[in-house]
Amino acid sequence: MSVLLSAQDLRLAFGGVKAADGINLDVMEREFLAIIGPNGAGKTTFINMSTGHLRPQGGSITYQGRQVLGMKPRDIVRMGIARSFQLPQLFTEHTVLENAAMAVAAREGTFSPFRPLLRPAFRAEAEALLERFGLTAAAHQRADALNEGTRKLTDIAMAVAMKPRLLLMDEPTSGVAAADKMAVVETLARVLREAGVTAVFVEHDMDVVARIADRVAVWGQGRIAALGPPEQVLSDPMVQRDVIGIQPGGGAHAAA
Amino acid sequence: MSRSRLEILAGLAGALLLVLIAWGVPWLRFVLTIALAKGITVLGILLLLRAGQVSFGHAMYVAIAAYTVAFVAPRMPEVLLLLPLAALASTAVGLVVGLFVMRYREIFFGMLNLALSMVFYSLLEKLYTITHGTDGIRLPVPTFLGQTLTGPTYEWAVFGIALVLAIGFALLVRVYLAAPLGQALAGIKTREARLEFMGVPARYVLLSAYALSALMAGCGGTIIALTSRHVTPALAYWTASGELVFIAILGGAGSVLGAFLGAVVYELTRVYAAANLADAWQLILGTVLLLVILFAPGGLVGMAQGLRRRKSA
Repeated sequence: MSVLLSAQDLRLAFGGVKAADGINLDVMEREFLAIIGPNGAGKTTFINMSTGHLRPQGGSITYQGRQVLGMKPRDIVRMGIARSFQLPQLFTEHTVLENAAMAVAAREGTFSPFRPLLRPAFRAEAEALLERFGLTAAAHQRADALNEGTRKLTDIAMAVAMKPRLLLMDEPTSGVAAADKMAVVETLARVLREAGVTAVFVEHDMDVVARIADRVAVWGQGRIAALGPPEQVLSDPMVQRDVIGIQPGGGAHAAA
Repeated sequence: MSRSRLEILAGLAGALLLVLIAWGVPWLRFVLTIALAKGITVLGILLLLRAGQVSFGHAMYVAIAAYTVAFVAPRMPEVLLLLPLAALASTAVGLVVGLFVMRYREIFFGMLNLALSMVFYSLLEKLYTITHGTDGIRLPVPTFLGQTLTGPTYEWAVFGIALVLAIGFALLVRVYLAAPLGQALAGIKTREARLEFMGVPARYVLLSAYALSALMAGCGGTIIALTSRHVTPALAYWTASGELVFIAILGGAGSVLGAFLGAVVYELTRVYAAANLADAWQLILGTVLLLVILFAPGGLVGMAQGLRRRKSA
């Protein structure tokens, strides 16, 4: 497996809070890498730096050997790095189908002023995409009328429509009803594996992490405290105590 | 019947009705030509509204075209050359100004447009040697394909050009709004960040709409200049810009037909109200705007659609 994204000595502080304090991380081609850790550890900041939303004060991020720091978000996405958001970023006045078709149109790069958005080719691709995500029933609902799970999946579907090689997801299951969570995760993992997408995702639910991650990176105060396969990392006493919140002598409560 | 086909039929029926009125009531030909010119301009306001942006300065582009016509007509009075030339002048200024204002949103976008239009208004007023200040400039009678037309023939010719442009731009804007570029305008309103993360430069999406709006305002301004044959700085005054926004809201901000329905209703009301209730007509205007905003946010077109739904229900 080759390295797809590589972060070297990333540094970024907000005032006195160190969101990245010398982060070194290689993301391997086609792996699912989970990022866990307490709030404020710098997990989302890492996604924001990798997608051009934030610029670190030091260090570098290379994608397939090319430096991405200093590039605009829209140029980074054109290189093959897409992202989804903790709070779904949907076009709320459009339907789910139109949202998906917009992403398809954006990927095609032909933002034509003359041919309709829902032209047969775009519509067919958007419909196929929604079907893979199990969103067909919601296709004609407006995006502001959806439940959280559907909004999350639509948000991720739009990122997948960009046909990225690397997908960065910020808490793909937060806000999804507990009963739906595993179904959403299974759907997501299946679609991404089929598409051969490498995924980095920030996640708080350890069941989700254990279920689909190939590797887990534990963030703590801007540093990577642990990195390895989930069975190893999640059983590490330090991780159990500081991140998962299992007290010595039993009793677990999830770190929110 | 599909909504889109119904809209096109209603548009054609409306165009036919305008021709009949212009034919039956000759003195209204002037009023209707002005209404069409404003309707074309309001189409541009609609595009910007689609992106959630309100321009309180678009009368500037009307005035730029009108003054271009006034400056050029004495040397080259051919309408079929004046029209593209004036429209081009407005579009060029729109592109340059657009590069600046596309960086701003909402109140800043609105106020910047207002400020620029008022600077332009002041220039028109103060540079007396060039613009003749508030006296304005009178136009010579222009020619059509080299022919000098007079009286009703001239009025019909300008009315015809206005109608053709209105139909052409209405269709263009419909197509534009259905295309990804037009849909992305609504994306600017609801989720601009997403556009960027999809690789779409949102500012240029807005710039394209802004330039198109300046082009349409330029065509509107040309028709106004040809119709009134007298251009004054008042064309660029902020109340003229406000009038365009008023018409857009009155007609229904979501609809191409609304721009023209709003413009015709507005101009007719203005003519009759100004004649009969000279002191009160702005009061009437304000009241109507209040009522539309409170009870018919979809404007006249929204009201018509509501009636149709109720009938079919």
